[in-house]
Parts: sequence; structure tokens; C-alpha cells
Amino acid sequence: MTDVTRSGALAPRLQVDGLGVVMARSGTPVVQDVSFEVAAAQVMGLVGESGSGKSTVALSLLGYARRGLRIAEGTIDIAGTSVLDLSGTALRKARGTLVAYVPQDPASGLNPALTLGYQLGEAMRIHDEGRSGDPLDDRIAALLDEVRLPATRQLLHSYPHQVSGGQAQRVAIAMAFACRPRLVVLDEPTTGLDVTTQRHILQTIRRLAIAHDVSAVYVSHDLPVVAEIADDVAVMYAGRLVEKAPAPAIFGGARHPYTAGLLRAAPTPERAGVLVGIEGRPPRPGRWPIGCAFADRCARATEVCVATHPPLEPMGADHLARCYHPVDAKASAPVIAIPRIAPPAAGTGALDVDGLSAWYGDKQILHDVRFRVQPGSCLGIVGESGSGKTTLARCLAGLHSAWEGPVEFGAQLLDPKARRRRPEERRRIQYIFQNPHASLNPRMSVGENVEEPLRFFDRLTSAERRRKVAEVLEQVALGADLADRMPEQLSGGERQRVAVARALIVDPELLICDEITSALDVSVQALVIEQLRELQLQRGLTMVFITHNVAVVRSIAQDILVLEQGRVVETGPVEHVLTHPEHAYTKQLLADLPRFADAGVAS
Amino acid sequence: MAGIMTKSLAAAGTPARPRAAAGRAAHPIRRLLLWRVPLGVLSVVLVGVLTYLATRVLPGDAASAILGQFATPEALASLREELGLDQPLVPGLLSWFGDFVTGQFGTSLATRGPVTDVVLPRLENSAVLILIVALVSTVIGVVGGVMAANRRDGIFDSSASLVALVASALPEFVVGVFVIFVFSVGFLDWFPAVSIIPPEDRIWDEPIKLVLPALTLVIVTAPYMFRMVRAAMIEALTSDYAEVARLKGASTARLLFRHALPNATAPAVQVLGLNLLYLAGGIVLVETVFQYPGIGLALASAVQTRDVPVLQFIVVLLAIFFVTLNILTDLLVLLSTPRRRAPR
Amino acid sequence: MTTHPLPTTSSAGTAARVPAKGPKRSFAALRVLGAALGTTRGRISAGLTLLVLAIAFLGPLVPGSPTAFAAPPFSNPSVPGAGLLGTDVLGQSVLFRVLHGGQHLMLLAFLATVIAVGSGAVIGVVAAYRRGFVENLLMRGVDVVLAIPQLVFALLLLSLIGPEWWLLILAVGLSQAPQTARVIYGAAQSVTEKDFVKAVAVWGVPTRSILARHVLPNLTTPLMVELGLRLSYSIVLIAGLSFLGFGSPPPEPDWGVMVNENRIGMAANPWGVLAPALLLALLAVGTNTFADAIARANLGETRGEDAVLGAAAGPTTEGSK
Repeated sequence: MTDVTRSGALAPRLQVDGLGVVMARSGTPVVQDVSFEVAAAQVMGLVGESGSGKSTVALSLLGYARRGLRIAEGTIDIAGTSVLDLSGTALRKARGTLVAYVPQDPASGLNPALTLGYQLGEAMRIHDEGRSGDPLDDRIAALLDEVRLPATRQLLHSYPHQVSGGQAQRVAIAMAFACRPRLVVLDEPTTGLDVTTQRHILQTIRRLAIAHDVSAVYVSHDLPVVAEIADDVAVMYAGRLVEKAPAPAIFGGARHPYTAGLLRAAPTPERAGVLVGIEGRPPRPGRWPIGCAFADRCARATEVCVATHPPLEPMGADHLARCYHPVDAKASAPVIAIPRIAPPAAGTGALDVDGLSAWYGDKQILHDVRFRVQPGSCLGIVGESGSGKTTLARCLAGLHSAWEGPVEFGAQLLDPKARRRRPEERRRIQYIFQNPHASLNPRMSVGENVEEPLRFFDRLTSAERRRKVAEVLEQVALGADLADRMPEQLSGGERQRVAVARALIVDPELLICDEITSALDVSVQALVIEQLRELQLQRGLTMVFITHNVAVVRSIAQDILVLEQGRVVETGPVEHVLTHPEHAYTKQLLADLPRFADAGVAS
Repeated sequence: MAGIMTKSLAAAGTPARPRAAAGRAAHPIRRLLLWRVPLGVLSVVLVGVLTYLATRVLPGDAASAILGQFATPEALASLREELGLDQPLVPGLLSWFGDFVTGQFGTSLATRGPVTDVVLPRLENSAVLILIVALVSTVIGVVGGVMAANRRDGIFDSSASLVALVASALPEFVVGVFVIFVFSVGFLDWFPAVSIIPPEDRIWDEPIKLVLPALTLVIVTAPYMFRMVRAAMIEALTSDYAEVARLKGASTARLLFRHALPNATAPAVQVLGLNLLYLAGGIVLVETVFQYPGIGLALASAVQTRDVPVLQFIVVLLAIFFVTLNILTDLLVLLSTPRRRAPR
Repeated sequence: MTTHPLPTTSSAGTAARVPAKGPKRSFAALRVLGAALGTTRGRISAGLTLLVLAIAFLGPLVPGSPTAFAAPPFSNPSVPGAGLLGTDVLGQSVLFRVLHGGQHLMLLAFLATVIAVGSGAVIGVVAAYRRGFVENLLMRGVDVVLAIPQLVFALLLLSLIGPEWWLLILAVGLSQAPQTARVIYGAAQSVTEKDFVKAVAVWGVPTRSILARHVLPNLTTPLMVELGLRLSYSIVLIAGLSFLGFGSPPPEPDWGVMVNENRIGMAANPWGVLAPALLLALLAVGTNTFADAIARANLGETRGEDAVLGAAAGPTTEGSK
């Protein structure tokens, strides 16, 4: 942003002071002592991993707490109005005209029983109260024009399920800007959207913020996206702000070890880096320690960190961090270590896909897909939603059988139906699912889940099986004592590691990973990916790694394949394709990726 | 690049199979009718066949079972002929069916008059009862459900939910005798305990005799409407879109009636259909309790007197009602759900 | 079965007591029951049910004749010799008839429930797992059966064939199987669509084993809820049929028959009707509410609501609650 000056003299548009949110019944704090301000037409990025309290803070800005929560203390001032002092009609009036909200998932944030046209005009209808002006239809048309959607009858009469996710999110954004609020709160509005759509949405938000002098609070777990859009960044951990600074200062020199850790864990398209995750998990509300909440996961922690809670202290101009032992600004810049790439041909079997076509019903999803994965190497398959990448994975694994074309693994033709494959083939090829919450049987303990495939592939005594379970759990760094726990007692990252263990226990040769980190937090994703690469190296596994995140591919795969609409558009060594893309689609994909480097551009 | 991507197959929750199917078949309404109407006809035919077969599965012979062991051979023979028992199974079935399709429904064994004379007048009485009950229980259920959902876990919600839970579990004839005890013979003496009227009269000539049977059936059916509307409203009110509407500044009334209620329509229609279906069978017991001159009582007495032609006629009539109502309900549910009505 | 120690709170004793297929499944069923008993509603409804069951099964042990003449018909309890609850239409003791009149009904209801849930669950699970033709055949079949007015059809059969107990059980059980099939079909579908079932299928595990080890254990809660609901509705249906004259034959006491035959004397001695009606009401409410408590305790409030509604909305389709 170039035309808006950051002036300390101006009163901030949004001023949050000492905000605290508690659980309504128990009074357990969920958010504590959150203070920040946002200047006019500025975008504040509110960053945190799941459970950090960022969404709770975001909703508090509208004077709203979800069922079971209560805003207990603090003040929120938006353009001179104290939001938390409002109630009844005044609060309703403020919502929409003073501060507006864009939900995370537009598909569930729009009412399925009402047309888009009605929902677009609703805020105006609520807040106009007889105020005359342009007819509603004209104003709706103008709104749609601002988010670059055609104001056709057809669109206005559509229901939410009839438009794409990107279109729905544009409608949601248009709705938020309808009554010209002073502040817009966006709760992860691009999660689940493709990078190209995401870029368009981010541009739209930025354009509207400037054009109408609207400030924004942008909540996200996605650091590169925040780098792309935010002027200032506030990082939350366990219900508190741990660091707050202008975006370039955060992305160029984070001071809090947690922020620095997040940056090291986030994959970026610019570099092939070893991802460094953060072991452990954040404390849940009610279990917050007396000292620093991050201390038990922090390498720099000392006795003082455990004993007392660090205050939010200045670390430089406009830079606050809650840490007794802040990281050196220079040192926090991501370390670029080139990952060890497994030497090809170390493994046993090559995967040869020589013209695979697949269908769902009458619809052809994959068209003549051809590629080869060298023994012991990893192929990253990237594509946007609808590209057929998951279908491809499922075809190889035998989960989807409506396909044809010669596919060989280790010089053996694979049958489309898993049931018709030989047991040996079924053992050699293992598949890891995207969602670790659905891929483990909730009625079986972790140990039984991991042990389950052994019962069908090997004739072992139960003692031998248990020994193998302990062994493989150790290999994924989970500890054999986890075997007796139930899946519901585990975090998402732990569950995904259990799923990896279950795949590894039968000594597979080809591992198919379908978006296995997309449901995980960044710090956990890094751990899983690093571990997977280590395992691949040790065992000489051949691997197919499906992802929508091009950046992740850099950290795990030797080769990359780009899918678009069921067709291969480009394939080759990762380094080469990502630095010198040839196909227009690949170029676009790479250009649309959010990058840390853009943090400077944004401000 | 177009900014608008087609929505992900995976993100849509289900694989592409349903969508591919939708692409092939016609409009959802036509597809529903194409499916359900033949299936419905099949159901009615099946009921007819079973109804006829029921007279043939006896170890002995239906005619002697009906007339008892002291019947004369002549009487047995004429009854056998009347029921079509004198023919072999398949031709008997076919001729019985043929009579039915051509409107010859047979002669009542009890009155010796046409079956239609016994059944049709009573059909009107039952229809009045069913319609009143459906209307009242829908109004009570919807209003109560909306109120309960609006103040979830409040005093009204908890007490109404408990009452609904209890009432929905009670056997209808038990409710009937309780109602008689309270309003007629035990505590109060407000309404007649039985609804007997002269055979040539219709029930609306003496509407006071409608009250207790209707009350009984309302107590049994309203809880389903209440629980479904409450649950659907709560689901809608706790949804993301309700949160978004609330954060747009929508008032409680707007939230309830504009945002939540349209999403509760389909479930409510479904329960209305189910309630009507239930009523068609439930009247047998309740009309017996009150001696209400409807089709249910006719059925019950036909069972007592083993008046087979009347039984067969009522059973087939009810089956047609069931099938039609099922299709109508599904059609209305389809029409009140944009997600299902309008193709992507 | 595996020899892994059972996790968390179970004591080995409780698991061993139930003779089910394997310790794991009985464990799940007990946990589901235990959760329901942990709620106030669950405890009250279980108490009600047990009270009525005790009266039904222990009542016949109480000395006293249900068929002997005690006092003039419809005598008040105040009339000497009429007993605690007065006399019925034939001058027999209402108290003894009530004590003797529940056992038969209850046994029939249990058997009908087993038939309903057993056949319904098999149809539902198989239809959900075997996609395509089998699924269509089974579920469309369920639709057709649901379009038949069951109470009415049961009446037709019973009036022609006679009030045979096996026919009563079959009619009541099979008429409810479609409801269970629908509920379990829905629940099983959401389980079979889960990745962990697909994962197992890819290993080439036989279908029977997948259903038994991975699908069924995840259906414990809906199955328990169904058992409770079907028992409740079987009681209601069988009582309704006996009210219409298909209960135990005349000299034998039967709660449903009692309500019918003593109606005419309600003004003189209401207990002849109220006592059996009250017991039937308590039993139906107790079992139904316990099913509700199971659903709530094990699925969380909102999802429990759905499960109960899906199941509760079912029985009305048969037009013979």
C-alpha cells in the first residue's frame, strides 16, 4: 500500500484493549489480555494455529461470542463507538454498518434456502429503515460489480449450492461491504480455495479496503497469505498475543520463538528448505501454565519462563513480543538447508503409469495420464480442486476402480479392482488418507488400528504383532505406550502419524499420500513431512505425494507432475519445473502462490 | 486463468457419482415421479395380492372359518363362490382383481349390501377427523417448536420437550381412555365418552362428539411435529449462515422466520406426511375407543365379524392412500428444498 | 480377538459378564448403556421400565386368582372382597388380573423386537455396504413394505388365521423391520463412507470380516437406540392388537384386553381401565425415554436429537404405532 500513510497522529480505526473471553459456565479464560489497534484502511493479520483463540477474538470485534463463551473484560472501540457497551437495537445496527463479518466457509455461511440476490440485499434491507437512495437492485448490481461478479438475473436467482466456492466467497465479501462498514472482520476467507481464486479474493479485499476506507482484521493460520495481505501482524498462542509488529518485521525478523518456529515450518515456493516443525501441542484452555504457555515446546525456555508469565514487551519500533529470551531478529530468518534427496534406484519397484483414464459415472475425470516414478524416489502431484489428483491416487490404490490403462508397479500390471489384485500387491502398495480423523477406527485402540493390516498379510503370533506395532510406532516418533490409547485422545498430527505407522507396518514399497497434511497445522505438517522424508530415505520407499500446495512439494519430492482438469500439463524435476515452468498453467499457478517475500510489497 | 474454478469434487463432500447421475437424468421432479409412481402402483398391487392370498393361506378354508363349524353346505358353497375360493389360486386372484379394477368391490357379509355402502359414508367421518387433527397438531407443533428453539434449554423448551417425549411414547388407546377419564367420566363432565351417532347422520351434525377423539389423536401426533421443528430450527439457528445473518444485524424475528424457518419447512412437511400416514392406521384404535363412526371402526368390526370383503376393500383403500401420500410428501419436500430442487 | 488390554474405565468383570461375540463389542454396548445410565433421564426411565417389568414377571408369583369371582362386576375398592383395585366386568379382581396380565405381552414384545432389530439391522448394514443392485433392491423393498398399512394388514391376517402368538410376533416384528433398516442403513452408510473402512477394504479383507470388525462396532449406539425404540413400539403395537381383541384368549388376563372390556364400567370402577393403562403407559414411556437417553448420552445433544428423530419419525410411517 502506497497511498495510505501510517501516521501515529491519527486515532486508530479499531482499538482493542485488554480483551478477555471466558467459558460461560466455568469462567475458564479462552482469550486473555488481547490488545491491538488497526489504523484506517489498514489490514491486520491475526495469525494462530487451531485453538489459539483467533476466531474468538475476531467475533468479539462484533460484540459476539459463540454459544458457551462470554466476553468478560476489555474494551473494543471502532471509529469512536465502544462495541462492547452496545446492546439490543444499537448492537444490531452496529453489526453490518460499523463492523461486518466474512465467514470462513462460504458454502455454509450462506443460507441454502435463500437466493443469493436476497442475501445480498438483506443487510441493506435491515439497516436502511426507510432511507431512500438508489433502488435496491441497482445497489446490489453495484456491489456485485465491485467483487467482479456479473449482476445477472441468473446469478441473483441462484441458490448458494449452484455457484462455485470462489463465487460464493465473493458474494459473502460483497455482503460484508454492502452497508459500508468501517471495519471488516474476515475469518480465514480463503481456506479451501484454489490459489488462483485465493489471489483474486485477496486482491478484491485489498481493493475494497482502500476504495472505501475500510479497515480489516484478517484471521488466518496461513502465514504466506497473511504476508500477502496484511500491513500488521499479530500472532496468537494459547489465547494470548505473543507477538505483534508490522508485517515486514514479522516475516523478516520475528522475535518470539513461536513465530520464528512457524516461519521455519511453513513451506514456501521460493526455496527447497528442510521444514522444522514444533513438537508438542499448545495447552488447552483451563490447562494454561503459570509461566509462558509456549515454554514446554521452546528450546530457549529457562526457569523464569516456567515460573512467571512474560509480559508483552517492546522489541523495536512498533514491535512487541511476549518473551524473556527473544530470538535474534537476524537469526530468525528461515534457515535454508537443502533437504537430502534420496538417490534414485535405491528402492525396489518403479511405478509406470502409461495412459490412465478414469471416470466417475459418465464423467471422465482423468485423460490419458502418463508418468513414471523411479524406484525409491518421490513424485509430487499438484493440482487445484477438480484436477483429478485425488482420483488418480485412489485409482492407484485400488479405491476407485472405474479406470483403464496399463499401470505397472515393479513390472507387474495392476488391476483396477483392489479385490482382484494379489495379496502381495495389496501389501506392497499402501495408501494414506487425507483426514486422520476418519481414517482410524474410533472403536479400536491405536495399537489395534496399526496392527489391523498385519492380521491379513502376515501369519504372526499376537506377541510378534505387538512387537511390530511398538517398533513402527517408535519409528514415527510416537512411543509404544500410545498403543493403548483410543484415537479420539490423540491430536490430528498424532493421528496422522498413526496412519503412517499403519501403512508402514506391512513394509510397503509404494506409499501413496493423498493430501495427508492438509488437515494439519503448519507446525505439525512440517513434522510429518520431515518424518516421511526420513522414512522414505531409510526404507527406499517409492512415493506418490498428492497435494494442492506446490510449496510442500519442494520439501519432499524429487519430481513434480502438474495436473489440470485431468490432464498432465507438465512434469519434471521439482527444481527445474518450479524455477523454469514451461506450461502457461504452471506459470500461472506459481505466480498466484502467496509468498513471504510479498510482505514487503504489501506495505 | 478464469478466476472461477469449478467446485472441487472432494470439497463437495461426495464423489462425482451423484452429479454424473443428475447430468444424465431429467429434472429431479420428473425423476422422482418416474421412480415413485410405478413403485407405488406396485405396492398397491402387492397389497391387493397379499389381501387375496390371506384368504387362501388357511390350513382349512376361509369360508368354513368364517361361518363356523355349524354352517350348512349350501351357505359354505355360496360364500366360497363369493370370495372366489371355488377357483384355483391364480384364476381366482385374477378374477378377484378384475372385479376390483372394474369397481365391483363385493358384498358385505354382515349387511349383505354393497361394500361401498358400508365404507364410503364412514370415510367422510374419518376424513373430517384426520384433517382436523393434522391441522391442529401441525399448528401446535410448529408454533411450539419455534418457541422452544428460540429459547433453547429455557423453561418452555425443557418442559415442552419432556411432555413431547412422554406423549409420543404413549399408546393411543391408552391416551384415549385417559382423555375419557379426565374429560368425561372421572374429573370433568364436559364431553361425551362415546361418539355414537345415528347411522344416517354425519359427524359434523354433532361436532361435540369430535372433540375427544380429535384431542386424543392430537396428543399422539403433535409431539412428532414439535420435536422435528424444534430440531430443524435449532440446527438452522446454530448453523454458520445463522451466525452470519446475526452478524449482519438481523433481528431475532428475522433470524427465526427468514433464515431458520425456510430450512425447517422440508422436515415439517415430512412429519406432516408421516402423521397423516400414521393417522390412517391410528384411527382404528382411537375410533374403537370412542365408537366413532369412521372407517377405522368399520375395519375393527369387520375384523370381529370376519367380514372379508369389507376388510379387503378398506385395506386396498388405505394402501392407495398411503402410496399417494408418500409420493406427495416426497414431492413437497423436494419442492421446499432448493438444494435438491434446483440442479447445479 | 486381540489380547490388547481394554482401554480406559472398564473393569474386566463387566465385560466378561455379557456373553457376546467378543469382549470388545460387549464392552462397547456396556459403555453405551453406562453412559445412558449416567444421566438423570436415563436412570429415571430405566427405573420405570424395571418397575413395570418386575410387576409383569414377579406379579404371577403373588398368590391370588385372576379368574375367580371376587365381588359383583365393577365394584369399587371400597366394596368388601373387591380387593385393592376393585373388580372388572366379570367381577374378577383387577389387582390380580393386572399382576398376571403383563408377562405374556412382554414376552411377545421382546421376541418381536429381536425379529425387528435383527432383520432390520442385517438389511440396513448389507444395503449400506453393498452398493448398487443389492442396495437398490433392499431399500426399494423396504419402501414398498413401508407403504403397506401394517396394523391393518396384521389385523387382516389375524382375523383370518386367528390370534396365533407366532403370527402376532411375526406381524409386529416384521412390520417394524423396515424402520430399523432405514435407520441402520443411514448410520451404516456414514460409517462405510469413512476412510478407515475403505482402508481395510483395500487390504482385501473379506466383506464379512469388515462388517463384523469395523462397521458393526461403530453402530453400537444406533443399534441400542433402535432396540429401545422397537421394544417400546412393539409393546404399544401388541397392546393395541390385544385391545382390539387379539390378546390372550378370554379367561387369561391381558392388559390390553382389560382396557377394552372394562371401558363400559369406567364410571363405576375406573381402576379396571386405569391400572393396566397406566402400566402400559409407564412401560412405553420408560423404554422410549431410555432409548432417547442412550442417543443423547452417546452422541452429544444435537446429533442425539437427529438419531432419535430419525428413528422416532419412522414408526409413524407404518400407520400403526
